[in-house]
Amino acid sequence: MRNRAISDLVVPQGGQSVWLVTLSAAAMGFLAVFALALAVSAAELARGWSAQLAQTATVRVSAPPAEIDEQVAIVLDVLRTTPGIAEARELDSAEQGALLEAWLGPDLPLDLLPLPRLIELTETAEGPDRQGLRLRLSAEAPGAVYDDHTRWRRPLVQATERMQALAIVALGLIGLVTGTVITLAASASLASNGQVIAVLRLVGARDRFIARAFVRSISRRAFIGAAAGTLAAMALFWALPDLGGPLEPIAGFGFRGRSWLLPLLIPPFAMVLAWAASLATAYHVLRRVT
Amino acid sequence: MIELHNVTHDYGSGPLFRDVSLKLEAGSFHFLTGPSGAGKSTLLKLCYGELLPSSGSVSIMGTDLRKMSRDALAAERQRIGVVHQDCQFLDHLNVAQNVALPITATEQTLPDNDLEDLLGWVGLGEHAEALPPTLSGGERQRAALARAVIVAPNLLLADEPTGNLDWEMSQRLFMLMVELNRMGTAVLFATHDLTLIRFAKAHVNARVLRIAGRKLAVAGSDL
Repeated sequence: MRNRAISDLVVPQGGQSVWLVTLSAAAMGFLAVFALALAVSAAELARGWSAQLAQTATVRVSAPPAEIDEQVAIVLDVLRTTPGIAEARELDSAEQGALLEAWLGPDLPLDLLPLPRLIELTETAEGPDRQGLRLRLSAEAPGAVYDDHTRWRRPLVQATERMQALAIVALGLIGLVTGTVITLAASASLASNGQVIAVLRLVGARDRFIARAFVRSISRRAFIGAAAGTLAAMALFWALPDLGGPLEPIAGFGFRGRSWLLPLLIPPFAMVLAWAASLATAYHVLRRVT
Repeated sequence: MIELHNVTHDYGSGPLFRDVSLKLEAGSFHFLTGPSGAGKSTLLKLCYGELLPSSGSVSIMGTDLRKMSRDALAAERQRIGVVHQDCQFLDHLNVAQNVALPITATEQTLPDNDLEDLLGWVGLGEHAEALPPTLSGGERQRAALARAVIVAPNLLLADEPTGNLDWEMSQRLFMLMVELNRMGTAVLFATHDLTLIRFAKAHVNARVLRIAGRKLAVAGSDL
């Protein structure tokens, strides 16, 4: 009979406290995957939006039909001669149609609508003098409006940052609740195994051995429970349909690429948490038992 | 080895015994007799530190019990074999695992043959895989004695270890304790069995102590 085996065996493997640890770890593992997915998705969304929008801007040109071509030419000329602008090009009618398709449908008669013309520009890393550019455009092409997306980029980034913070708080709360449940379960397990402690004390077992026996049992259960909950949640994310298209930003909720590895950290983390919580509880309880 | 000095113990309803002094030397053999409820089991529990005295002092292997850390007490208990009146096993472990517990719980190893020999000697070879709740009272006592002696203790404290055994098995287990005593183990044997005490005369130099009327006294002359 090996020592390792007996230290694993001295604590009965059944009982309500054992199931409490397993089930709560499973539930918390499941929820932790969702919180982690929210954190990862928010971070990716913020990064993606920032990267896409940081160095792009649009100039919208509105003018009577007879003047609009001239106005567009003036704006393009201004843009090409402005330091800080790498590229400027007018969107053709197909690209404009694609932008409006989500709202107005695919069979849009663009020619019949008095739509403004759009010029997409890409900025250099330094970017242009935005205030100066606005003044120059208003002087040379009064119908041109420069939009660097700041107005709606900032709230978007702020929203995703808040989502991230919320997800991190949720993860912290999940960890706290898991630790509390495991502490209660460890106390219950020690209290319901008074006979085990008495016999082990009788034969000269040290607190370290007794505590380790309980801690191993609880940590193993926490790992198994958290692994089951994590895998179930990962399977759910895996099975989510890929919405794509215009719903791409919200369809991206979940994991992609290497971020699929992150949930796999949850079971070992739950085990370490269970180990720490149950060890502290075991020593606290054993100190009070003669 | 164990010394009780002016020990009084009180469970809250008046002292069970008062000013008891006792010294258990290495290689000594004591019988402890007395009526039920006189405090035999309590005295044994004081000897291995399960209880602290209400007053007076208990020293185990030269160290005052009150000054011992839990780890130090655990280390001393590894040198003390205890047979409880109610045996106390881990009911989810089999007999062999329970008997080997003093070895495995202190992270030592024991050759399987030694364990089999010991179980065979106490007549439990056939029950090695049985769970304690399935054993008879006598079998439980034999298993408890096997667990107490498996570490070849310096001191053996036995509380009615032959209470549920037939005469033949009582003699057999008693002789096991005598053998241990000859090898230097001190024995304190609480029993009601005067026949066994008389039987001991021929085999061991023992002192008979009697606890009654809240006092501990030497009963008659040494055996």
